[in-house]
Amino acid sequence: MTADAPTGFRYIGRRRRPKEDRRFVVGAGRYAADVMLPGMLHVALVISPHPAARITRIDATAALKLPGVRAVVAGDELAQATEPVFTGLDLPKMKRYPLAPGVVRYVGEWVAVVVAKTRALAEDAAELVEVEYEPLPHVIDPEAAMAPNAPPVHADHGSNVFYRRRFVWGAVDADFGAAPHTIAYRARWHRSATVPIETFGVLARWNPATQLLDVWASIQMPKFPDNLARALRLPGSAVRVHFDVDVGGSYGVKRGLKHSIVVGYLTRKLGAPVRLIEDRLDNMRGGDAHGPDRIFDVEMAFGDGGLVRAMKMRAIDDVGAYAGRAPLQLGKPVGAIVGPYRIRSVAYEPISVSTNKTPEEAVRGFGQSPTNFAIETGMDLIARKLGVDRVELRRRNLIRKDEFPYTIPSGSTYDSGDYHAVLDKVLVAADWNALMRRRDAARAAGRLAGVGLSCCLEPSGGNAAFEPLLNPKNETTTWMEGCHVKIDLTGAVVAAMGTSSSGQGHETLVSTVVGEMLERDPETIRVVHADSLGALPSNSPVGSRMAIMLGGAAAGAARKVKSQLIAIGAHNLDAAPEACVYADGAVALATDPARRLSWTQLVEIAHRKFHLLPPGMEPGLQATHVWEVPTGGALPTADGRVQMYPCYAFEAHVVYAEVDRVTGQTALRAYFVGHDCGVMINPDIVHGMTYGGIAHGIGAALYERFHYDGNGQLLGGSFMDYLIPSSHEVPDITIVDHCTPSPLTTFGQKGSGEAGYLGAPAAIASAVNDALAPLGLHIASLPMTVAALGDLLATKDRAK
Amino acid sequence: MSQHEIALKINGETCTARVPARLTLVDFLRETLNLTGTHTGCEHGVCGACTVLLDGQPVRSCLIFAVQAAGCEVVTVEGLAPDAVGMSVLQDSFCEEHALQCGFCTPGMLLSAHALLQNNSAPSEEDIREAIGGNLCRCTGYKQIVQAIALAAQRLSVANAPTADLPKRP
Repeated sequence: MTADAPTGFRYIGRRRRPKEDRRFVVGAGRYAADVMLPGMLHVALVISPHPAARITRIDATAALKLPGVRAVVAGDELAQATEPVFTGLDLPKMKRYPLAPGVVRYVGEWVAVVVAKTRALAEDAAELVEVEYEPLPHVIDPEAAMAPNAPPVHADHGSNVFYRRRFVWGAVDADFGAAPHTIAYRARWHRSATVPIETFGVLARWNPATQLLDVWASIQMPKFPDNLARALRLPGSAVRVHFDVDVGGSYGVKRGLKHSIVVGYLTRKLGAPVRLIEDRLDNMRGGDAHGPDRIFDVEMAFGDGGLVRAMKMRAIDDVGAYAGRAPLQLGKPVGAIVGPYRIRSVAYEPISVSTNKTPEEAVRGFGQSPTNFAIETGMDLIARKLGVDRVELRRRNLIRKDEFPYTIPSGSTYDSGDYHAVLDKVLVAADWNALMRRRDAARAAGRLAGVGLSCCLEPSGGNAAFEPLLNPKNETTTWMEGCHVKIDLTGAVVAAMGTSSSGQGHETLVSTVVGEMLERDPETIRVVHADSLGALPSNSPVGSRMAIMLGGAAAGAARKVKSQLIAIGAHNLDAAPEACVYADGAVALATDPARRLSWTQLVEIAHRKFHLLPPGMEPGLQATHVWEVPTGGALPTADGRVQMYPCYAFEAHVVYAEVDRVTGQTALRAYFVGHDCGVMINPDIVHGMTYGGIAHGIGAALYERFHYDGNGQLLGGSFMDYLIPSSHEVPDITIVDHCTPSPLTTFGQKGSGEAGYLGAPAAIASAVNDALAPLGLHIASLPMTVAALGDLLATKDRAK
Repeated sequence: MSQHEIALKINGETCTARVPARLTLVDFLRETLNLTGTHTGCEHGVCGACTVLLDGQPVRSCLIFAVQAAGCEVVTVEGLAPDAVGMSVLQDSFCEEHALQCGFCTPGMLLSAHALLQNNSAPSEEDIREAIGGNLCRCTGYKQIVQAIALAAQRLSVANAPTADLPKRP
């Protein structure tokens, strides 16, 4: 293991312009809304204004009379013609359809769709659809929803609790009994999301002559084509999802299965292409793309020196009105439930609760960032209670370099790391002592100033071990990724991946690793996104997995092609393959390098000269590689121990903040992060995602919240009230790299797509609480908005 | 819905069309003219993805009706490059610094930055952050965008046109 970027790579780890950037800067990206077909029809939505109600009448007469309106479809018709939308948990009585059949369960739920020649006409007509409702009792607060007499969101399910289990790993009670100190606290992570600048959009075209449904969607969803085909009662071979559509940001949430079912049904019904593009209000209210909404009740038991021995964590997650994949976000953190610390026993009780709110969807980190915030809140509280320096407390608790591979109580093994080194590096870069002096000087001048710190893990490699963990009927242990690599007759290299991309630079990733393996300039390697009928089995860019999984698949396919080249060369040099060397695309005798076959010659033989091919070899030069997540493949044990993701990146954040004593506004004045994600394939891409992840974390920490009133109304729905950080709110960020290669991956890489977001909220909360400490105030609820902090500060003023 | 004849200049070319009164400029550009480089992110004037230049000034094309642009000169991202195959210094600098990820906010970001560089040849970091303050990006955290605009300013101070010898990032 080495602390510096590994040498010996030709292309990996070196600065290189990402392949994708050029088309985007000239305005030639091709997003879902850019695909326009002749005769295309447009969808507008009729939505529920009630948090819970029975639909008693729908009258579309006036809407249908408007010239240009083609159809109005409501829930009963669609539910007859389709299967319910995919559910992650075992909830046979909770049926979810794109359009509510009979009962609505949240404000914004789709009741009917209007299809017209233009979007404007469709919206005009949507306003003319008359819907009568009989309001039903509703429940908004998740803890109230857990009460036995709470209004049921799904009466058939019999309870608002979708999932509840208490896992115990290790001697929790004994450790608590033996520990001299304990703390108990609540940490609240309110509902926010990733909110990409591009809303979700989808266009579908049914061709009756070929019996084929073409779909162009801004999608980032595992098994999307299969789920869509199943819902539409079509064989998978009748659905062609075009993965070459550029996706305008996702970070987890772009899972518009219900949108796609609607347009898939409509295009078959109407015989014309149909598209549905959310506007911003559609997106925020009924796009079903809110993120985790959590109440953590945590206890920690620790020794005099602050060494944490045991933890009890109860996590209530308010998933909203329906359970898709989102509740599984309570399962993923099991794989890093102790964070980077040597906590030896854990009790974890995830509770998934339904309320009359917009459904939750997967968000960057899949539940890990809220969990990290809950753990780090405890570390700061322990430091405060014992009077131990926060940095020192973490040093004492961090897993040491010599302890890897390290297995945590919940059964996951951390592959590698040097947490102390990363922490030390960022403290030096930030000049921790200087930051403390800066803080003290600001305090002396009467300002509220604080320095924050967080340490956390980014589990990466993305498998689906949380599916069988939270749903024993689901025995999914396979979570593969595939890539196809070929060399054509002209000697050009083409690699095909099997999903769409939403900004992660996969074309750069694949061309770099294929170039590395074949020793060809990545610039010359074309990377295409196969459509779903041509694609190899793939699971999309979730769980910080693509550097590991797509990178590994591409490298594996390239390695097979390379061995074909070597075999052709060896055969024609009358030598054994082991006696040959491969260099720069040519094969030569190791003992006599002058005897060689060039790239051109090898390609010619493979494509045209069967008589020169080694016996039994397939003509052409192409190979596929589909592989399972390293360390994956096993079901959880009976007590819920499981290997979650394979690779563990580490990050340590340091931030300096000041809080305005009057307004409660927080300003971040300095930001540093130490980051170790193993070998970086393209440093600019990794750094970019880390900066962006921190910006996203700043939003979750200080600004972003989907706020509901007691009547179930979403208070907002625009960028005027849901505040995404701008260039003014995101400070200049300094990244300090460290490299501990993973022993499990092709080049030592780990994942990084969730970097920054996983530790930023905890670090900012740490800084704000440090700033509030002189006043004796504490906040463990995100976002720490101007209103929240202003109210908290006002309590102090009143107390004076 | 009343229809109106409009004539305007888009990326240097004169364009005439008959449009409904309520058609926004961004929908006109995208749906009528197929200039899909201009994006819609919020349609209420906050995110900046639809930014275009109207008579040289960056504006939200979602907040303007096409009829209001009659007689004006509009520049979209498709009109920033010096020719059909090249890139402007600013566009090239965005590639050099990897100032984008998903690319969705990029056209608006470029036009705001372009307008800044037209008026300020040596912008400070603060000037740059101010100029793009109305363009939301969810991917980058803005750092590489700020760097790219600073690099473009530096390059433009050396030469006013793209050449093979543009300064590289250190």
